[in-house]
Amino acid sequence: MKRKYLSTPYIIWVIGFTILPLVTIAASAFTDNDDAFTWGNILAILEPINRQALLFSLAIAFGCTLICILLAYPAALVLKSFRLKRKGFTIFLLVLPMWMNFILRILAWQMILSKNGILNFLLGKVGIAPLALSNTWIALMIGMVYDFLPYMILPIFNAISDIDEDLIEAARDLGADSGTVFRKVIFPLSMPGMLSGIVMVFVPAMTSFVIADILGGGKLQLIGNIIEQEFVKSMNWHLGAGLSISLMLLVIVGLAFTLRNDMEERGTTIW
Amino acid sequence: MKKNVYAAGLLLAGIFLLGGCGKKEPEEYLTVFNYGEYMDPEVLEQFTEETGIGIKYEEALTPEELYAKYSSGAISYDLVCSADYMIQRMIQEGEAQKVDFSSMEYAGNIGDRFWEFSQAFDPQNEYALPYFYGTIGILYDTTKVDAPIDSWGVLFNGSYKNDIIMQNSQRDTFMITLKYLGYSLNTSDEGELREALDLLIRQKPDVQAYLVDEARDEVVAGNAAMAVVYSGEAYLGHEYNENLAYVVPKEGSNVWIDSWIVTRKCENLEAASKFLDFLCREDIATKNFEYIYYSTPNEAVIANMDEELRNDPAITPTEEDMENCEVCTQTDEDVVNLYNELWKELKAD
Repeated sequence: MKRKYLSTPYIIWVIGFTILPLVTIAASAFTDNDDAFTWGNILAILEPINRQALLFSLAIAFGCTLICILLAYPAALVLKSFRLKRKGFTIFLLVLPMWMNFILRILAWQMILSKNGILNFLLGKVGIAPLALSNTWIALMIGMVYDFLPYMILPIFNAISDIDEDLIEAARDLGADSGTVFRKVIFPLSMPGMLSGIVMVFVPAMTSFVIADILGGGKLQLIGNIIEQEFVKSMNWHLGAGLSISLMLLVIVGLAFTLRNDMEERGTTIW
Repeated sequence: MKKNVYAAGLLLAGIFLLGGCGKKEPEEYLTVFNYGEYMDPEVLEQFTEETGIGIKYEEALTPEELYAKYSSGAISYDLVCSADYMIQRMIQEGEAQKVDFSSMEYAGNIGDRFWEFSQAFDPQNEYALPYFYGTIGILYDTTKVDAPIDSWGVLFNGSYKNDIIMQNSQRDTFMITLKYLGYSLNTSDEGELREALDLLIRQKPDVQAYLVDEARDEVVAGNAAMAVVYSGEAYLGHEYNENLAYVVPKEGSNVWIDSWIVTRKCENLEAASKFLDFLCREDIATKNFEYIYYSTPNEAVIANMDEELRNDPAITPTEEDMENCEVCTQTDEDVVNLYNELWKELKAD
C-alpha cells in the first residue's frame, strides 16, 4: 500500500493543472458579466461568424490529418524495412526538429513562403513565376502538416514495428500476395497507431491559433483565433470560456464516436 | 559583441560596488514606474546627484501590466508614466494627484499644442505631464509608388493590390478608416462604424497581411509597398532602408501621448514635482530623446535638434500633420464590444 504515496505528485499535477483549470473555465463559461447563470456563451458557437470559423477549422484539421496520413504511412513502411542502426538514425532525424521551439520553425516557414522569400527566390532561379502562397490557407496547411507530421509518423511506425513477422510470413505461406498481406494483415494491425496519430494531429490542428496568426497574416480566422481574441483582446473571458467548452465537447464527442468501436474490438486505449 | 556585453557587465558591477562604498545614502526616495527602456539610466543617476533624492525605478512592458502591478498595491509608486487611455482611467479612478505645472521652472518647454492634446483626457491640465508622443501613419517604399503619398486613400483605392500591410489591432485599423471617411476616431455611432467595416471588407483582398510588430519589417524587406505603422517604428525603418518614407495622411490620424502623473499615494509631492521638472529640462529631455527616438513634446529639444531629425515627420510631425489628429479616448464598454464584433466580421470575411 505504501506505493500509493508515489502517485501524490501526479494527483497534485492533475488537480492543479487539469481539474482546477477546467472548473474555472466552466465557471466562466456558464456565467455572464454579472455572474448570473447563462447558456449563452456555450451556444455562441452557433452564431454565424463562430460557426463559420468552426467549419473552417474542421476543414483545415481534416485536410491536415489526411495529408499527414498520406505522408506518414509510406514513411513508416519504409522505416520498417530499414536495418536497426539506420532506423534509429532516421527516427532521430524525424524527431530532431521537435527539439526546437515550434513558433520559431513556423516563423522560418513565414520567411520561406513570403513574397521575396526563399521559395520564390529558388523558383526564380529555375525560371518559374513566383507563387503567392504567403498569408493563404495553403501556407497555413503547409505549416500545420510540417508541424504535426512527426506525431503521425511515430505512432504508425510503432504500430507497424510491433507487427509480428511470423504473421506476415504465415500469410505469405497461405498464398497471400503482397497486396493482400498489406490489406489483411499490416493495415488492420497498424490501425491503433494510426488512430492515436489522428488524435494527436486532428485535435491540435483543430484548436491551434498561432500557426494561423503567423502564416495566415491575420487574414484567416480559425475558431482558436476567435477564442484567443475573446480572452486576450476583447477581455470577454466568459464568451472565450464558453466557446472553449463547446469546442472541447465537440472534439470529445466526435472522437469518441469515431474511435469507440475500434477500441472495444482491440481493447486498446488511445487517450 | 559578446565581449562588449561582458565588459559592460563588469563595468556596471564595478560602478555598483564603488557606488555602494563611496556615496552616502539618500534620505528621500521616489518610486518611479515606467516602461522598460523608456528613460536613459544616466538621467536617474544625475537626478540623485543633483538633488540628493534617491530613485527606486520599476518597469513594466505594457499599460495593462503597469496598471495591474499598480493596483495590486504591492509597491507604493509615487510617479507613473503610461499611455493616454491608461492615464485617463487612472485620473477617472482618482489615482492621480494634482500638480502645479505653472510653478515649475521648465514645464514651459512642453509645447502648448501638447497640453491641448492632453486635455482630451486631462481637461484642465492638472494631472498629466506629456513625456513622449507619436502618430500612426503610412510607411512606404518610394521606389514602389507612383507619387508621394498624402492620403489614407491609397489604402482603399485598389491600386496597390496585395502590397498593403494593415495593423492587426482593432482600434488602429478602424481609426484609419473612420478618419478617411471624415468621422471622429472616437465615434460611438454604429452607423459610422459599420460604414468603416464595409470599407475594410472591400479592402481586405488588397491587404497582404494584418500584422503588428512585423509590419515595418515587411516594407523594409520589400515584401510590401506600404504599411500602417507607428511613427517610432517608421523612424527605425528609415535607418534600415533609405528609400522608405513616412507620412501622416492629411485626413488626420491618431496621436498617442505617454504622460507622467503623480499618484494619490505619493507623500512627497515636492520631490515628485522636482523630478517632473527635471525631466522637462532641456539637457535631460535631450538625453532621453536620444535614448528613445520617439517624438518629444519638448520645444527646447526640438529647436536644437539636428536638421535631419527636425524635418523627419516620424520624429517631428509638423503642426499641419497634427491638425486633424485626435487622441483616442473612447472606452465605453458597449462600443468596445461593438468593436470586437465588427473585428470578427472583418476577419471572417
